[in-house]
Amino acid sequence: MSAPVAVKGRAGRARRGPLISRWGSLAVPLLVLLTAAFLLPMLLIVVRSVTDPADIGAGNYVTFFTNEADMRVLGNTFYIAVICTVACLAVGYPYAYLMAIVPQRVAGIMLVFVLVPFWSSLLVRTFAWEVILRDTGIINTLLLNLKVITEPLPLIRNTFAVILGMSQILLPFMVLPLYSVMQRIDPELTRAAANLGAGPFAAFRRVFVPLSFPGITAGSLLVFVLALGFYITPTILGSARETMISRFIADQVQVRVNWGLASAMAVILMVLTFTVLAIASRFVKLRDVYGALGES
Amino acid sequence: MTDSFRRWNRVLLVVFGIMIIVFLVGPSLVIVPMGFTAGQILEFPPSGFSLQWYGKMFADPAWTSGFLNSFEVAVCTAVVASVLGTMAALGIARGRFPGKTIANALILSPLVVPVIVIGIGMFSFFVRFKLTGTLVGMVIAHTALSVPYVVVSVSTSLRSMDRNLEMAAANLGANPWRTFRRITLPLIMPGVFAGALFAFLESWDEVVVSIFMTTTKFRTLPVVMWEQVRQVVDPTVAAVATVLLATTTTVLTLALVVRRQAPVR
Repeated sequence: MSAPVAVKGRAGRARRGPLISRWGSLAVPLLVLLTAAFLLPMLLIVVRSVTDPADIGAGNYVTFFTNEADMRVLGNTFYIAVICTVACLAVGYPYAYLMAIVPQRVAGIMLVFVLVPFWSSLLVRTFAWEVILRDTGIINTLLLNLKVITEPLPLIRNTFAVILGMSQILLPFMVLPLYSVMQRIDPELTRAAANLGAGPFAAFRRVFVPLSFPGITAGSLLVFVLALGFYITPTILGSARETMISRFIADQVQVRVNWGLASAMAVILMVLTFTVLAIASRFVKLRDVYGALGES
Repeated sequence: MTDSFRRWNRVLLVVFGIMIIVFLVGPSLVIVPMGFTAGQILEFPPSGFSLQWYGKMFADPAWTSGFLNSFEVAVCTAVVASVLGTMAALGIARGRFPGKTIANALILSPLVVPVIVIGIGMFSFFVRFKLTGTLVGMVIAHTALSVPYVVVSVSTSLRSMDRNLEMAAANLGANPWRTFRRITLPLIMPGVFAGALFAFLESWDEVVVSIFMTTTKFRTLPVVMWEQVRQVVDPTVAAVATVLLATTTTVLTLALVVRRQAPVR
């Protein structure tokens, strides 16, 4: 009476039932929308990579893999992604460890400091680094005024700036999986190791670290794969030499209007992403990582 | 000996933790006072206090229309994503249909496919239907990007809810729709509401897909900011950044409070 929802009695729920149960049909609208607005566009890119210009076949891929400059961009992308992953692990591990050993309430506050940056605008956070690092930025102005330096330090438009900015933005993706694993490690285990004569460092290294390994793997793979696709941050904080594959794709579309090559590179980036994620999914459920982003 | 070693270790760790917090939130906070400067350039510390840059921001149609467009897109996205996402979460949790694993992967994949790929893909697809640079096109695009957060949030609520309550309602004679509306929906509402707020946030801050999906006629705030940041940067940009941050922080706080009040049983 009140709404046109199909709930006419409890007719016909045979043992086998229909292909799609009544509850199951609720998922259909979203799946239709995602197929039309997300899956088809992705397939279109795959098609364009081999048909634009007409009859190109694998030509765009050949062009990409035989062009030295293109390969340098790919190498650069890998290099920056690896350094970011290492940096995030080095900084995120102690932070997550601290979250795991402090009282629950303090850990909750520490979690908020990870969630707030995660949800704040990536563009604003990148802009903040630009304001801090550029020649007339906060650090250089301060040092010049204090007469520590006479020329501004080259803090921006280089690999250093790109890695600094990206690591800060990606850090939450390292901390959350690490923390979710460390939280479940029984503190009695390290205590037992200490009782058996292990020093505090040995107990940490031989017991705690190996148990946190799934978190290390999940966090590292997630940060790595997200770093591969970064566009805004390397474009603002880096120079042309720090061009990563995303910027390269955007330039092919916006400047050179070469959709075929751009699509081929997009497909390569997608394949890389899914390969890394397939490895990651053996260690952790992606859903858990993203679920943690809304908890507190 | 071991005790003092442990204590020093702890102290070092705490100092380190505070440094990381500063590293995470410090840079964004530095921008806030810079938008209130009485001077003519972006500087820290700002010279004097003034609202001149906020005045300039509200006088510039590029910023004001960007602001209104962003708000419109984010609100519509939150509504569409939370309705479709809640339905899908219910369908996946309770229903039966072929290819459920694939459906799950499809729903989560917008989180991990590089945004640049989504951006050029959606542009070249949507442009064929004249949907680029329109409210409808942007809402569809942002719904795809933000619906995973709704599904995850609602699924969590569904898992923690007590299904005996539904059975009790049914036993007392409520029909399925009434049971859903009076029992299930109120119980999962915090998850739905938090999901809607997360969808709002995702849309509000989204840049890369928006760069491709908008045109000069219809731009969102982050896109206008992106174009400004690459040119001359005056304190207006700091004022805009502050508005973006303030909105995010308010909505996120609301989302976290809502989630925390979720009935845990």
